[in-house]
Amino acid sequence: MTKVLMDGNSAIGEAAIRAGCQCYFGYPITPQNELTEYMATHLSRRKGCAFVQAESELAAINMVYGASVVGARAMTSSSSPGISLKQEGISYLAACELPAVIVNMSRGGPGLGSIAAAQSDYFQATRGGGHGDYRTIVLAPSSVQELADLTMKAFDLADKYKIPVIILGDGVLGQMMEPVEFKKEAPSVLPVRDDSLRGAKGRPSRIRKTFTSNPAELEEINWSLFRRYGLIKKEETTCETFMTDDAKLVVVAFGIAARIAKGAIRNVRAEGLKVGLLRPITLWPFPDEAVKEVAKNVGHFLVFEMNMGQMIEDVQLSLEGKGEVSFYGRPGGVIPNPSEVARVISRLYYQKGLK
Amino acid sequence: MKKVYEHPKSLKRAVFHYCPGCGHSIAHRITCEVIDEMGLQDKTIGIPPPGCSVFAYHYFDVDMAECAHGRGAAVATGIKRAYPDIVVFTYQGDGDLAAIGTAETIHAANRGENTTTIFINNAVYGMTGGQMAPTTLRGMKTTTTPYGRDHVIEGHPIKMSEMLAPLEGVAYIERVAVNSPANIRKAKKAIAKGFQMQLDKRGFSMVEILSPCPTNWKMTPIQAWKWVDEEMTKIFPLGVYKDVTEQKSAD
Repeated sequence: MTKVLMDGNSAIGEAAIRAGCQCYFGYPITPQNELTEYMATHLSRRKGCAFVQAESELAAINMVYGASVVGARAMTSSSSPGISLKQEGISYLAACELPAVIVNMSRGGPGLGSIAAAQSDYFQATRGGGHGDYRTIVLAPSSVQELADLTMKAFDLADKYKIPVIILGDGVLGQMMEPVEFKKEAPSVLPVRDDSLRGAKGRPSRIRKTFTSNPAELEEINWSLFRRYGLIKKEETTCETFMTDDAKLVVVAFGIAARIAKGAIRNVRAEGLKVGLLRPITLWPFPDEAVKEVAKNVGHFLVFEMNMGQMIEDVQLSLEGKGEVSFYGRPGGVIPNPSEVARVISRLYYQKGLK
Repeated sequence: MKKVYEHPKSLKRAVFHYCPGCGHSIAHRITCEVIDEMGLQDKTIGIPPPGCSVFAYHYFDVDMAECAHGRGAAVATGIKRAYPDIVVFTYQGDGDLAAIGTAETIHAANRGENTTTIFINNAVYGMTGGQMAPTTLRGMKTTTTPYGRDHVIEGHPIKMSEMLAPLEGVAYIERVAVNSPANIRKAKKAIAKGFQMQLDKRGFSMVEILSPCPTNWKMTPIQAWKWVDEEMTKIFPLGVYKDVTEQKSAD
């Protein structure tokens, strides 16, 4: 396999097609337009595939719902304000146990915010986001290669667990160019799920619905969803650890922030500070066991996020009061460079008397 | 002996939950008759809306997919684009199609999606208890227009068939009623035509059905049936608003 130079948004598009994505429905919003444009160019005329530029994000996610109902691999993408609009459809997808892949190349908020990269949609992504009790799998890549790999994985996870999967990236990941290698060829025969609605030929008619006038029935639907979420937590939680073996202080960061933190950690390591990184790759399910494991030898954690402090709550919940947690956050689309983060790390390191 | 009525195969043998005199059960039955007569039972997906007909999947014996309020046209688009061999119909009320789902409806129509919409216009939000609909007539009292709909404050009844007909993606639009045997027969023909347009890939088709709602109109069923003729059809005249049958296919 050869490497090609691609921007993150286009890499998601190529990876999706190679994962057998048949349908893409989108609506323009910066900083994810390259993905919509990639699908218009490379998916729209493909046999058995469909591309629609929808009239709104609401329409786009509901088109995804329709395509998923008939068993197609379907995807949509947007950025923060547009993802808010998609929450209605995501709740229905979750309720109806329908797979889908939703990309959020997030940007500064709240409101219209800015088009610069931010991580302020962590709560929205990891707590369900729409109405009702549900979760979605949330994947947080930190490089263009990982965008491609996790996009392919997202389709498999969505189908395996009949669940919407969110890829939570940001404006930097979407826009930056890196060499990327695609580990799969596009299938010649597109997949169709066997529980799809395709007309009641030779079988009784099927219903995809959630509404019921019987609360006990709905309670059972909720129990059933959460039994599956328990299984996902057990089987699919992933994270990366970096230089944690001898660390006295561990930075916890995801996505592009983790990439910046890695640079910062290399800087402070050069000065002899024993600092490591824990990078959740699945934000939901959150790698709480991995955090606990690291906490056996480490008493100090620095959570670094490009927001006002959202993932920090999951770190604190994981630690159950053990260890000391500090926070450094930059909201609104401001991207600190590694040397700034390195200064924060070393200040904390000396303040806590770890040297 | 001549058989004058048969229970449609694609209508489940369930007791309708609809109120006496409601138009939904008639609209369901004639749609099912059309599905049977055109041989579509095993290749159709229906999309019921939130609203009084949210339980339509208990009655239609075809594959059915619930969707969010107003999003029927978008869901139908997703289904049809992903699997063009399927016959898709949405079943939508006036609040669903003409208020919360206006954008989805207009754009699906304008794209010429090969889907069929059964649009139930009863001038009121039925399931939520009789609030003003976008199609509520001027002067009509509802729970949210207790003094009667005043167009200066609450706007005018919206005419969806008239609005959608000029769009180039639209193949067929007819407004019918289900308040008399003659009208019901016409309504059934219109639904069949709508499905035929879809099968012929001519574009978007919609049948708007003026449908009595005696409960929320605070009328007896007979009064409600009369009111459709005497009041509703003045604002919403029956007839064909678009029919491209005689035109050359767009392809």
